[in-house]
Amino acid sequence: MATKAFQKIYTKITQITKATCSLNATGVGNEELATVNGKLAQVVKIMGNEVTLQVFEGTEGIPTNAEVIFLGKAPSLKVSEQLAGRFFNSFGDPIDGGPDVEGEEREIGGPSVNPVRRKQPSELIATGIAGIDLNNTLVTGQKIPFFADPDQPYNQVMANVALRAQTDKIILGGMGLTNDDYLYFKNVFSNAGVLDRIVSFVNTTENPPVERLLIPDMALAAAEYFAVDKNEKVLVLLTDMTSYADALAIVSNRMDQIPSKDSMPGSLYSDLAKIYEKAVQFPAGGSITIIAVTTLSGGDITHAIPDNTGYITEGQLFLRRDSDVGKVIVDPFRSLSRLKQLVIGKKTRADHPQVMNAAVRLFADAANAKTKLENGFDLTDYDERTLAFAKDYSEKLLAIDVNIDTVAMLDTTWGLLSNHFKPAEVNIKKEFVDQFWK
Amino acid sequence: MSTKGKVKGIISNLVTVEVDGPVAQNEIAYIHLGAQKLMAEVLKVVGDKVFVQVFESTRGMKVGDEVEFMGHLLEVTLGPGLLSRNYDGLQSDLDKLTGIFLQRGEYNFPLDTEKLWAFQPIAKAGDKVESGSWLGQVDENYQPHKIMVPFVFEGTYTVKSVVPEGEYKILDTIAVLTDADGKDVAVTMVQKWPVKKAINVHTEKPRPFKLLETGVRTIDTANPIVEGGTGFIPGPFGTGKTVLQHAISKQAEADIVIIAACGERANEVVEIFVEFPELEDPHTGRKLMERTIIIANTSNMPVASREASVYTAMTISEYYRAMGLRVLMMADSTSRWAQALREMSNRMEELPGQDAFPMDLSAIIATFYSRAGYVYLKNGKTGSITFIGTVSPAGGNLKEPVTEGTKKAARCFFALEQARADRKRYPAVNPIDSYSKYIEYPEFEEYIATRISSDWTKKVNDMKTILQRGKEVQEQINILGDDGVPVDYHVTFWKSEVIDFVILQQDAFDKIDSVTPLERQEFMLNLVMDICRAEFDFNGFLEVMDYFKRIINVCKQMNYAAFQSDEFKKFGEELSDILSERRQ
Repeated sequence: MATKAFQKIYTKITQITKATCSLNATGVGNEELATVNGKLAQVVKIMGNEVTLQVFEGTEGIPTNAEVIFLGKAPSLKVSEQLAGRFFNSFGDPIDGGPDVEGEEREIGGPSVNPVRRKQPSELIATGIAGIDLNNTLVTGQKIPFFADPDQPYNQVMANVALRAQTDKIILGGMGLTNDDYLYFKNVFSNAGVLDRIVSFVNTTENPPVERLLIPDMALAAAEYFAVDKNEKVLVLLTDMTSYADALAIVSNRMDQIPSKDSMPGSLYSDLAKIYEKAVQFPAGGSITIIAVTTLSGGDITHAIPDNTGYITEGQLFLRRDSDVGKVIVDPFRSLSRLKQLVIGKKTRADHPQVMNAAVRLFADAANAKTKLENGFDLTDYDERTLAFAKDYSEKLLAIDVNIDTVAMLDTTWGLLSNHFKPAEVNIKKEFVDQFWK
Repeated sequence: MSTKGKVKGIISNLVTVEVDGPVAQNEIAYIHLGAQKLMAEVLKVVGDKVFVQVFESTRGMKVGDEVEFMGHLLEVTLGPGLLSRNYDGLQSDLDKLTGIFLQRGEYNFPLDTEKLWAFQPIAKAGDKVESGSWLGQVDENYQPHKIMVPFVFEGTYTVKSVVPEGEYKILDTIAVLTDADGKDVAVTMVQKWPVKKAINVHTEKPRPFKLLETGVRTIDTANPIVEGGTGFIPGPFGTGKTVLQHAISKQAEADIVIIAACGERANEVVEIFVEFPELEDPHTGRKLMERTIIIANTSNMPVASREASVYTAMTISEYYRAMGLRVLMMADSTSRWAQALREMSNRMEELPGQDAFPMDLSAIIATFYSRAGYVYLKNGKTGSITFIGTVSPAGGNLKEPVTEGTKKAARCFFALEQARADRKRYPAVNPIDSYSKYIEYPEFEEYIATRISSDWTKKVNDMKTILQRGKEVQEQINILGDDGVPVDYHVTFWKSEVIDFVILQQDAFDKIDSVTPLERQEFMLNLVMDICRAEFDFNGFLEVMDYFKRIINVCKQMNYAAFQSDEFKKFGEELSDILSERRQ
């Protein structure tokens, strides 16, 4: 950097905590980057002459006479077509042994899209998984997380979705990924021969946790470049957002902020919203779709992280093992895609909304029948039929190994309804029953 | 000479400023950051140190940056041309902003200064007027937009002159008033008002009693809201809060609809942007957007202006109420606003109350809800603000501070329930936990007797009793088993299911079913209550379910058919046939 010669070097640190250090300095801008003995840090607080820096790698080994250099800029990423096919760390530096990326330097975590300049999402993303396409249809410009326990195969489902979806770029933001999962993604993408349309920003469990705070902004800065400048359809995968929120809590704790629910910072909602709201459909055709993972502890969705996420995202997807069929299914009760109304019955066949609801309602009746059975009560004929239906429905549609198109999904559902029920039991508009009942 | 200051400290958007003169609490200041000026509001003063919250990102701000204090509080600009606009929380017109992304420090004048308005005088020379008196009117999207004596004017004035009928711009003088001391003041079509202060130009605020028709059966029939009433919709995510709120704002019988999208999803606002200019107002046949103002501060827009956005929306609502109009204001969601207060209180290192919210949260909520209401204006006309807020309780727990604070302030409670939503029973409003206090008002009962029928409230109460009874019976069936209870129990349960499926559940995405006019609601309630009062013959519980499922199915087909159409009547006949099979 040309100005480097004139930059002042500070060497007197007045305070050090696990994640931050403070020093006396002047002319420093809020959120400006600095290096502390070569470690990257960012200004988080200024009080008179005292400047507090958050050191991303942690403050281990930082001496009170460390060299502090202010860089005069906020965190940024160099963007160009050269990003495609590359793997980077939290700071946007290559970790795949390749050369540095040349391009325009852009600040990450930039401003929000003016809501009147957005376009209403209306393009369906087909994944072949009926638990998603039939019951919880995804749309470009949507943001939706998997709410999953750590033992569930969310990364595999996400990789499948990414590969099957018709998109121009896939951007992976890995936060606290285990090295194994990182290699899994890398292998799946290279085996599928799609590496040239994938950009990855990865922070693994081997890296310091605070660093991962930069990952979503890095990934989304790259996404905005492809969606705005190149009018491309971009799919961003963020896994795992719980690790991100945990890192936020660490920093806020070190800065003596009063924690709110579940030891999370009071600003958690806004912090998460800033990331997820980058999902957008632009009128010019580009779009950013975000599929994220929020790991739960013991399926508890009332915890502050999934709870705040649920209020921000446009639905959520739950996976669950169905012991009746021995497969992992997309749970039809708790999963929801809020934007599906924009495409189902419009971009898909007109009977889609009603068939979808009828099947889920009958699946709920089966759950009631199951409770009855477990409590030792006799089942009615109707109960027996709902149970038989539920088993078929799980096996042929909800299981995550299904890969068929939407028309096949609807026809299969009609087939199951006709096999197990009478038209009066399904509460579907007569015109559809007349047309599709088998 | 205005007070100036210099930035001394920055933590996120809380900035400490050292000042050289007097400042007022909540005064507006601009911080100069290069060529940009960022708006901020005074929150606390300690000696010559002033704490301000900046309404924008403070990235790059430095100690020593210049601050300029403006000598006024956060104000909105009121005048013709507000309707059908999309503003941000600080009333900048979003459509006038350039570029795809919001640039900080970009503010604009919220009205069109060049547009000509056809002005008709109402007051004449010699009239005695005071703040809020109507001087004239212009036609704003077919609404009579009254030009009023500015609300800040105190005491009585005499009209010296009013311009004759003709076309004027908003900044043209349209009247000259003389105050008590004989001094002349010119009045234009535009005035300003600080958002945190209620506009009070009415003589009386009686208990509201007129039904506000929304076309949503679970509201109008079961728990009605009234013109000038307050209500709130708490619900865990995914229970259909937004869909319900959009349905109300599309269908409610109001002159003006003001939507404060406060800290919620941008795509939901986009849905309004896209749909409202296309959808027809079911009452006037004109486009919905013509009567709507949207204040959009979505969750990714600056947090501090989120708080401002609900006040901006309420002040504009009060402005239209003072014209004698019926205003419906929706805020989605008040929890986000409370969270914005929490973030700030946290940064100011105030001692926290429950869940780290500020101590005075419930007082702030109560004061805000109290700004709604039905009023008699000084000229004897009436106006109203009906306010419905949504609450997003953390973890779906209704015992959290925002829900509890709101429960004390609002008179209608529409409890969205996860269990109902999971079973796709939409709208997922729990009929037993929800309430409307208005239904108990004798004034309301009197009104509804003339609007529908004198036994309406009784019927509604009977319906609720059956629902309650159905729930109790269902629990017993679950414990004792289908054959462990008398057949009657099954009948009672299935009667409550008929009410649930036919009256309470409503398909918000079906063209016909989504809006049910009051007349049709009356018809359907009578039909259903007739079924509920009837006695049927059954041999064993197995027959009960099959029989009632047939009834529900036909009634649902009626809900999907146009009212009193041939199709509708055909299903009606089919229903009578089914009923006569077993009716005693």
